[in-house]
Amino acid sequence: MKHRRNTLATAFLAAALCVAAGGAHAQSKIKVGLMLPYTGTYAALGTAIENGFRLYVQEQGGKLGGREIEYFKVDDESEPSKAVDNINKLIKRDNVDVVVGTVHSGVVMAMAKVARDTNTLLVIPNAGAEAVTGPMCAPNIFRSSFSNWQPGYAMGKVAGERGAKKVVTITWKYAAGDESVEGFKEGLKAAGGEVVKDLTLPFPNVEFQALLTDIAATKPDAVYAFFAGGGAVKFVKDYAAAGLNRTIPLYGPGFLTDGTLEAQGAAAQGMLTTLHYADGLDVPKDKAFRADYGKAYKMAPDVYAVQGYDAAQMLGIGLDAVKGDVSKRNELVAAMEKARIDSPRGAFTLSKAHNPVQDIYLRKVVGTENKSEGVAVKALADPARGCNM
Amino acid sequence: MDLAVFLVQCLNAVQYGLLLFLVASGLTLIFGILGVINLAHGSFYMIGAYLAYALAPLFAAQSGGGFPAALAIGVVLSIVFGYVLEWVFVSYLYERDHLQQVLMTYGLILVFEELRSIALGDDVHGVAVPGWLAGSVPLGGVMTYPVYRLFMSGVCLLVALALYAVIARTRVGMAIRAGASNREMVQALGVDIRLLYRIVFAAGVALAVFAGMLAAPVTSVYPGMGNQVLIVSFVVVVIGGIGSIRGALLASLLVGFVDTFGNVLVPQIAGVLVYVLMAVILLWRPEGLFRTG
Repeated sequence: MKHRRNTLATAFLAAALCVAAGGAHAQSKIKVGLMLPYTGTYAALGTAIENGFRLYVQEQGGKLGGREIEYFKVDDESEPSKAVDNINKLIKRDNVDVVVGTVHSGVVMAMAKVARDTNTLLVIPNAGAEAVTGPMCAPNIFRSSFSNWQPGYAMGKVAGERGAKKVVTITWKYAAGDESVEGFKEGLKAAGGEVVKDLTLPFPNVEFQALLTDIAATKPDAVYAFFAGGGAVKFVKDYAAAGLNRTIPLYGPGFLTDGTLEAQGAAAQGMLTTLHYADGLDVPKDKAFRADYGKAYKMAPDVYAVQGYDAAQMLGIGLDAVKGDVSKRNELVAAMEKARIDSPRGAFTLSKAHNPVQDIYLRKVVGTENKSEGVAVKALADPARGCNM
Repeated sequence: MDLAVFLVQCLNAVQYGLLLFLVASGLTLIFGILGVINLAHGSFYMIGAYLAYALAPLFAAQSGGGFPAALAIGVVLSIVFGYVLEWVFVSYLYERDHLQQVLMTYGLILVFEELRSIALGDDVHGVAVPGWLAGSVPLGGVMTYPVYRLFMSGVCLLVALALYAVIARTRVGMAIRAGASNREMVQALGVDIRLLYRIVFAAGVALAVFAGMLAAPVTSVYPGMGNQVLIVSFVVVVIGGIGSIRGALLASLLVGFVDTFGNVLVPQIAGVLVYVLMAVILLWRPEGLFRTG
């Protein structure tokens, strides 16, 4: 008898809880999980992305799709081995409606896998790994940044058009570097040049001297380098110290000179790079964004802040279409797919694989700025090889 | 590869090896003589690099672009720092097993990284090469070799000689060597072994900080820069024989050559070559090239 009463009571309790939860759901906040690097090499990037994301939400009065936003944060430490645990903290423990992250390509691969398995909405605000909008593409995975192929392809075209016939590439031996170099080769080939030598070194080694000597012995028309962060600073400085920059132009994707110019100093002056963002863009939205960002955070925004801002915009467009009801996933995704995002980088749309179709700018280093030299390739779409969506 | 290129590559190898030696010598001292596995050694290198970045503007007006002054101040600070660190933390580790030493020194890595992040942020910084060393020497047709790199190699060689002289030829060096083989006996003979250990640890820290400061203008300064150096340094210490300065020098040069020529000749497997070298040497001589004690 007693047992039965307990069962009954439990059933009532459960029912009551369900009702309460359901009721709360209708007006509750949308839970956004930010999985970004807050420590380690990429800490500054993670902070910039979050700042950009929050700025857009604040501009909308703290709401997207009519519902307030509640943030849940996890530091991914740019550590692929912890990625599955970390994203599960957001999905299973915090029950977030959408995950935004991250910077590191290896971490993002694990995140995309979990997002596919659990059908969680994922917006990637940086990592350019091609697979997530290639073989691993899915209706619930979006990217607000770029694919590694895009800036590489644009730089290849520019290098070829500037008369580079024989080019040496140099990068860390890892996915992002390989993908960027592949893009470069395609662009260069289309413009009549060819890559005569691929130099690589293990990630994250920064002892370049031996390879620089190799470049000097090969005497190419140009060098294409993919490095980021501390490695980018050291490579550009070593390249100049070896005297190579006087005779062999050094090209690269924007990451070679983004956020690193103060440290690179004179060594980087005059360098050409390609990226989907630049300083001194003639885009009204960019001027407003820079002013607002400066006011809110007392520092100048960078490309990462833009990508965070656009991640929030993309999500906002989807949520507006369903009036904040995240359970209408298909309509939400459809609205995001059709969106034209009014980005500070210039408006862009999304490809079928959910990667931005965007203008890639040619930029020249002047002082501590990557000044826009105009558009290198207009509305460049990633080939999204292997995506059947 | 023609002869000129080959010679330049040899220069690259020696130059890289000597810098490695500067970091690894401190590690081998602490590991070999104190018996402490010091994972925080890479952090000292990182601290040195950031110190060079932070001190550079303060001494810019001094002679030589302030570089010698900044180096001197950095070394003094690091000796004090190492002395205190040994007193407060490391001195409790001598009697403990290696696992506890690893835990403590790994904890120190996290603390130092976080303090660095709070004090100086997470940005990548550059340190200017002092003006009087900024030139370069022409080598072959296209390439030039920066004078600063040659200067660095010279300084590393001097430090290596000085270290060797102190350890092999002085009374302090004798006490240090004796302390490494039998702590109790040295104490019984009236040598203050605690003080001696404190000095050795401080010297080890100073060597790593000095290496970081010296390398800052060519490596640039960035978060996590110490971890990479730490791993290679351990390889050097193991190859050279734990506690042997001579071994560390030889092993550094070996690693320098293997790494440099590996990158050029067999880039596909360059990442593992140094570790293959270590494995082969350990198979041949499990104690490393030069054993001590």
